[in-house]
Amino acid sequence: MKRFKYLLNKIKWAVFALLFVLVLNFFLFRVLPGDPARAGVKDPRMTADSQQAIRVRFGLDKPVINCFVSLNPLKLGNCLINPLQTQFFIYFGNLLQGDLGISYQTNRPVGEMLGGFLLNTLILIGFGQIIAIFLGIFLGLIAAWKSHTAIDFGAMTFSLVAWSLPTFWLGIVLLFLGSTYLGLPVVGKFSAGMSLQEGWLKFLDVAKHLILPTLTFTVVMLGEYMLIMRSTVLEVLSEDYILTAKAKGLNTFQILVDHALRNAMLPMVTIIALNLGFTVAGAIQIESVFSWPGLGLAIFQAVNRRDYPVLQGAFLIIAITVIFANLFAELLYSYLDPRVQAS
Amino acid sequence: MLIITILIAVFAPILAPYNPKSGENVSISDIYQPPSAQHLLGTDDAGRDVLSNFMYGARVSLIVGFFASFISVCIGGVIGISAGFFGGKIENTLMRFTDIMIVIPDLPLAVVLVALTKPSLLNIIFVIGILGWTGTARLIRSQTLSVKERKFVLRARAIGSGNFHIIAKHIFPLVLPLLVANSVLVISLAILEESTLSFLGLADPTTISWGQMLNFAFTRGGVSSGAWWALLVPGLGIVWVVLGLTLLGHGLEQIFNPRLEWHHLSVNPKMIDRKEDVKNG
Repeated sequence: MKRFKYLLNKIKWAVFALLFVLVLNFFLFRVLPGDPARAGVKDPRMTADSQQAIRVRFGLDKPVINCFVSLNPLKLGNCLINPLQTQFFIYFGNLLQGDLGISYQTNRPVGEMLGGFLLNTLILIGFGQIIAIFLGIFLGLIAAWKSHTAIDFGAMTFSLVAWSLPTFWLGIVLLFLGSTYLGLPVVGKFSAGMSLQEGWLKFLDVAKHLILPTLTFTVVMLGEYMLIMRSTVLEVLSEDYILTAKAKGLNTFQILVDHALRNAMLPMVTIIALNLGFTVAGAIQIESVFSWPGLGLAIFQAVNRRDYPVLQGAFLIIAITVIFANLFAELLYSYLDPRVQAS
Repeated sequence: MLIITILIAVFAPILAPYNPKSGENVSISDIYQPPSAQHLLGTDDAGRDVLSNFMYGARVSLIVGFFASFISVCIGGVIGISAGFFGGKIENTLMRFTDIMIVIPDLPLAVVLVALTKPSLLNIIFVIGILGWTGTARLIRSQTLSVKERKFVLRARAIGSGNFHIIAKHIFPLVLPLLVANSVLVISLAILEESTLSFLGLADPTTISWGQMLNFAFTRGGVSSGAWWALLVPGLGIVWVVLGLTLLGHGLEQIFNPRLEWHHLSVNPKMIDRKEDVKNG
């Protein structure tokens, strides 16, 4: 029962976060200046008919929400209209049907454009995360065990420098080095024509394109994971049960793996979940540098073309994914450590 | 490390060999020139001197870093202290709101906000500022919680001090050191975020920043023409400042909020000594 209540509570807050993001997204699009749909409507060269046509196309002819025709709080409108006929609820209805609006640039539905991109981003993040987490846990453990030695100092220096590197810049440097000296492909997901190939050849080509972006991602994430793992293990290693284990005559390897590592893993789950926002930021930068066709590249291109619907759609997809991933991590944590359900 | 950067930024007009804003006579042969006696760090995609741009760019990075983190730390401090001090419903509401803000990924939201409000220096500072306070709020809340439990707060309450007085005179001074250490780390995050936004193409077009220099060099053929000087220099500047701030921040945190450095498996076991130290000191 307690477990069920805990689950319900977590899901409730995830839904709140989701609603917050959706409402924010709705109002951002309508409040802030520089909204091109409206800028277009204000263009003096347009006839009244074509202005109205644009309004209808973007749904701007309907009142924003009950009682408010526009977002001007002084201009109140009719409160008794059908709420389903207001922009606010039409927006939600469209979202439920997976409709994220229409791109200004390509005139295609945003949802259709971004659908495939999400998978590519997940591939990149997935590979990078797995390598970074394993290496980070391993190196962090070693650094904590050998604290105050040259190994620890080296590991600390590396992680602090990796943490200070702007991700996109590291990407550029690796791109420069990789393409000049190693002859690795640096742009996109396939070589020209490879997307038509099947099977092994195609897989190998994609893998080659993944090397440099994944390397960049790993270095950036590794620094942080190592720092956190090190401080967690340091804390665990000064617990009394470590001293007991040592007194029992267990060898160092056993103590490190069976006692320290297991107990240090729990906080790592939380940190990895809390870090998802940072992860996404890294992916955006890396995709922009390497033209990896994911959500980050979509954002980069949308910024340069001032394509707001794509920008907002990408933000929405990322935010929703991160919220769900976070929820999953919290549920995983409660499964791993049943004590948190009690508190 | 920081002092050097600040000096460069302050004295940029004196130190820089060229003024980046003056329209010089640029010919096609000036573009992406390698470092020479005339241009110590070469020229960029528009034939401008990289060294001068670099010096002026330091100003934008530092200004954005300081002001944005000032906003963040103020919001985070107020939320953290009031959540920790008042407890109950106020704490619940504030911390739940903080949790929601933590979950929402910063960078995509910042991109959307800056893109919609037009990228100007003020907007960038404001957006980075209002998105960066969550970590500070959490840290300050937990510190306030521990300070609140101390005896002198109870005593102050016993002699009839009001909430505001207790916060201002008793809580805030004890939270301040941690707040300062944290704000140094927040500055480094803000500088990184600013450079990322400018690299993505959301820089104030009237100023020069390091991220923007990288954007120009990257999107305008710097890689294919092998212009490593235009790509390397601004990036190294960012690393230099952020690393300096991070070291300073961690150092301050270590002083104000010391963590363990020795343990039972240490090569040079000092656990027992340390415990003695703790008892004595």
